[in-house]
Amino acid sequence: MKILVCISHVPDTTSKINFIEGDTKFDSNGVQFVINPYDEFALTRAMWFKEKQGATVTVINVGNAVTEPTLRKALAIGADDAIRVNAEATDGFFVAKQLAEVVKNGDYDIILAGKESIDYNGGMVPSMLAAILDYNFVNACVGLDVEDNSATIQREIDGGKKTLTANLPLIIGGQKGLVEEKDLRIPNMRGIMMARKKPLTVVEAVDFEATTVSASFEKPVQKGACKMVDADNLDELISLLHNEAKVI
Amino acid sequence: MSVLVYAESSEGKFKKVALEATSYGKKVAEQLGTNLVVLTINVDDTSALNAYGTEKIISVQNDALQNLNSKIVADIINQVAKKENSEVIIIDSSTNGISLAPMVAVYLNAGYASNVMAAPSNTNPFTVKRKAFSSKAFNHTEIKTQVKVIGLAKNSFGLVVNETNATTEKFSPSLLESSIAVASIDKTVGKVTISDADIVVSGGRGLKGPENWGMVEELAEVLGAATACSKPVSDLGWRPHSEHVGQTGKPVSSNLYIALGISGAIQHLAGVNSSKVKVVVNTDAEAPFFKAADYGVVGDAFEVVPKLIEKLKKFKSSNA
Repeated sequence: MKILVCISHVPDTTSKINFIEGDTKFDSNGVQFVINPYDEFALTRAMWFKEKQGATVTVINVGNAVTEPTLRKALAIGADDAIRVNAEATDGFFVAKQLAEVVKNGDYDIILAGKESIDYNGGMVPSMLAAILDYNFVNACVGLDVEDNSATIQREIDGGKKTLTANLPLIIGGQKGLVEEKDLRIPNMRGIMMARKKPLTVVEAVDFEATTVSASFEKPVQKGACKMVDADNLDELISLLHNEAKVI
Repeated sequence: MSVLVYAESSEGKFKKVALEATSYGKKVAEQLGTNLVVLTINVDDTSALNAYGTEKIISVQNDALQNLNSKIVADIINQVAKKENSEVIIIDSSTNGISLAPMVAVYLNAGYASNVMAAPSNTNPFTVKRKAFSSKAFNHTEIKTQVKVIGLAKNSFGLVVNETNATTEKFSPSLLESSIAVASIDKTVGKVTISDADIVVSGGRGLKGPENWGMVEELAEVLGAATACSKPVSDLGWRPHSEHVGQTGKPVSSNLYIALGISGAIQHLAGVNSSKVKVVVNTDAEAPFFKAADYGVVGDAFEVVPKLIEKLKKFKSSNA
């Protein structure tokens, strides 16, 4: 079984979000970048398939050289090799096109990605990849098992869960539930040493004209101070919610 | 030319997000000087759409579409968009909408902007405002293609009443093949889900144990709200993962979010930032959540919540 895990390189959740060059660019100065948390659930599930079912695991990122430490971290967690498509990830459609080229030539059985990245929260790439390649696709995946050429998948739906079956190859947009929080791995020293020697292949991007362009950024207006209500005066809270906030 | 909205339904009824997408579609159609077309699948009574500016309804009825497969629905939207010569296609941010909108964009070779929260600020270049960085910032995105796909963020544009008399046209699309089979569906009925709820009541580790969730559920019932929880609570197994709201759980964009015994870790706040009004009840006056909240009560949830339930019951009966 050959698995490809798509890795997004994103600012850590606790990062300060600021912009430079007239609010047109994200200020990465002093920002810690990490594996996108949703992709980390996908990668961790891939490790399970590697250890229990002998899968080989390749990780991939579309980005310039600054994203390589994030790919090395994925290798330290246990992926076998890495691919970097050398281009700035301008929008989801562009990234999906680049991934599609690699998948077409790679003969992968399962392509795992997080259902969204925590920077632009676009949630575009796995669905677009599936549409470009016409592969089977399940989004919001909270459980995945594979036997021979067939997968059983749990998908979260509004208000419950669906169980689906599909043949490989298959594209998954994953989230927590694929593995639990406690299953996530921190790379150990041996993993980090080994990761340095694992292959990281850089491939050039294919041409694809941008369909969207980021024009500028804006930060939310600073909200007013929290209005404190005395615990013995809950009538006031109800009155504020009814008359001022108009939410009840 | 036209603007096309896909109005999602569940058991033959439109979801609120579908009516919000319709309201938004009307606004965009006005900006472009064109008509609003709304696509529905397996809805017998489409009259609700008349209140939000719909000019034409394309009605698809097909029993094979009971279990909406993203690929098949995306292709139906693609067929209708081509037939109606649609320049802008609007899809809501339900779990299904989020999966199928990017596929529609690929089929139509269209630029796609997700998490859009306001009407276009400009139609040439076509520019929309989107949420980014878990609502810690907004991005103004220009869509460069002739055909554009917009994913509308939940509870962002609201419902705008605009009475019309829509014409209805039946349409029989061709259906793509899919080899994904549904083995079973496990869905709670009669309970408000976090994604549909106007109000969400959420409990944290401060509630001490799963046996204390009775009051959370009662408060939710009085308010017609959904119940949710913080990450530690779902990790400890006190509540199901489907209730976890926050960075790696579900995002909440309700009108009102009530947090009981939740300190407000940054990962939690990232998931609830989009809620319009936040109320926090916590014993610790220094809890970070108070900085992000609109209304705060410093107090023990075990004393505050039962009192609040009683007072809300009285309020509800006198305002009924």
